[in-house]
Amino acid sequence: MKKTLTGIALACSVIVAAHAAQTMRINGGGATFPNPIYSKWFSEYNKLHPTVEINYQSQGSGFGIQQLTQQTVFFGASDGPMTDEQLKAAPGAIMHFPTVLGAVVPVYNLSGVTAELKFTGAVLADIYLGKITKWNDDAIAKLNAGVKLPATDITVVHRSDGSGTTYIWVDYLSKVSPEFKTKVGVKTAVNWPTGVGGKGNEGVSGLVSQTPGAIGYVELIYALQTKTSYGSVQNASGEFVKASVDAVTKAAAGAAANMPADFRVSITNAQGKGVYPVSSFTWLLLYQDAKDKTQAKTMVDFVKWALGDGQKYCSELGYAPLPPSVVKLELAALAKVKTS
Amino acid sequence: MKRSSDLTFRLGTGLFGLVLIFIVAAICFELTRQSMLSIHKFGFNFWRSQTWDPVSGEFGALPFIWGTLYSSILALVIAAPISLGIAVFISELSPAMLKQPLVFLTELLAAIPSIVYGLWGIFVLVPVVRSFEASAPAALRALPIFSGPPFGVGMLSAGLILAIMVTPFISSVAREVLKSVPLTQREGAYALGATRFEAIRAAILYARTGIIGAVMLGFGRALGETMAVTMVIGNNPRISTSLFAPQHTMSAVIANEFTEAADPLYLAALFEIGLVLFVITLAINGCSRLLIWSMARSASGSRAAATATPAEVAA
Repeated sequence: MKKTLTGIALACSVIVAAHAAQTMRINGGGATFPNPIYSKWFSEYNKLHPTVEINYQSQGSGFGIQQLTQQTVFFGASDGPMTDEQLKAAPGAIMHFPTVLGAVVPVYNLSGVTAELKFTGAVLADIYLGKITKWNDDAIAKLNAGVKLPATDITVVHRSDGSGTTYIWVDYLSKVSPEFKTKVGVKTAVNWPTGVGGKGNEGVSGLVSQTPGAIGYVELIYALQTKTSYGSVQNASGEFVKASVDAVTKAAAGAAANMPADFRVSITNAQGKGVYPVSSFTWLLLYQDAKDKTQAKTMVDFVKWALGDGQKYCSELGYAPLPPSVVKLELAALAKVKTS
Repeated sequence: MKRSSDLTFRLGTGLFGLVLIFIVAAICFELTRQSMLSIHKFGFNFWRSQTWDPVSGEFGALPFIWGTLYSSILALVIAAPISLGIAVFISELSPAMLKQPLVFLTELLAAIPSIVYGLWGIFVLVPVVRSFEASAPAALRALPIFSGPPFGVGMLSAGLILAIMVTPFISSVAREVLKSVPLTQREGAYALGATRFEAIRAAILYARTGIIGAVMLGFGRALGETMAVTMVIGNNPRISTSLFAPQHTMSAVIANEFTEAADPLYLAALFEIGLVLFVITLAINGCSRLLIWSMARSASGSRAAATATPAEVAA
């Protein structure tokens, strides 16, 4: 009896040991925005390659950059590209790889207004600067001829937590309004001149839906999933575009023509037809010359898969897939990651 | 043999006591170490500056200190009388049948996670507060304490939600304290011809240090409460005396901005906010200790308050 038990225990430990020897565990962390699709990718990839287990902690872009710099994770993820200072602080060269695209949309609460409102970047910037304070302001009325706008006060709602969503929003507003750029600037959290802060997309959307006359901004995915209606924004070519997966991918395609070699590019207010202007990449961060070459090799294989087959999971989760032109550039850059 | 086991016991528990001191010292040390960058850059100005601008790297803690103290004191002003009322009713006046259910309900309130309070705050409390703010008469709105547009989210909502959250703590401790008042106190009061109200007053006076301790416990909880507050306070780091204005607290700004704070100075400033909160909590706890000590000393001086009061009552 005892012998059998020992035998079983031995067999088990041999199996476990064999499993552990083969399984490649890779740890990463960072942005919360792409977490749903990254989780999907990692589990799908694990089905195809049972020996690869990728572990992702979605604790924020700042966390990802910090942990990557300290080399406690193998890869990072961020909604905003790393700054030159941050790159310099890292112990080795870090490469950026755009994985999917996201967009930020304006949401509002105006009882009695059923038509979908149109905004320009300049008007949104002035609202967020506290310069336009009434809904029936001429600047808004001019864009929305035929809509009867009430004389309600505008309540500005922004994110209270640091987030990639805020980064994309203020990045866009800073590009279209020089005053916004000097007074507020671009960062994951900024010093807002006006308004109230809600925590997370759900906090902002909760405040907007509760407050008559409120305007806020949320991720496109969040608006789609919760079926919140949102306004359209004028792009650089003068068209009013309502955000959609297509319009966001177009923004990236427009940027592919003069893509910098390190992919650290903002695609807000991009040129082109049908482009939604408040769009952005989200990036995966890898060391070019990582210590562990087997892990590097596995990650490169994974990223290749994610940029190819992986992109088909985008639409079901509400992300915009990368345009083929960008994927081609990335595959070329991926070859530079040292795997041996 | 007996003596040596005594000694081991004493040393053992002493060691555990030391662990506590070590933990507090380690927290203080680590907070200071991590915030060095910000301490060097801003010095004492960090406590005085009202700017919080992550873009330009200008950080000051004053709006957060203000918001934390304002919301906590507001919560206590609302919660202390209510909690005391609850405690007195349960321990002195409630029919036996009601007692257990009431105790159970207060404990249930304490067990609700703060995120649930926050959600309830956004969807139930804030709209109510907003309609109250919107319907406040103009004469009232002219006062600085009720000025500003009716956002709903803001200091008033934060104070109310904090008050609800600390009430079970204050009332539970106050109830225990009242329970521990010796029966002879009440019997003495009745023997001297005191009415029920007078006898209860005597019991409260007897237990006043404990009751103040209960209130301070509630204060400590209100200072550190994060999730529920950040969901209803509006998160706007601007100092205002108005109850209607959106404001911000120390714990809320840390919870909100920590994950995305990627540059060293920003991170250090958030750590220093933590340090400031730590120091303020320590100072307030110290002060309340002193208050309780001085009261206890003056009370034991004449063993008085308790015995004297029924006598005064009778007179």
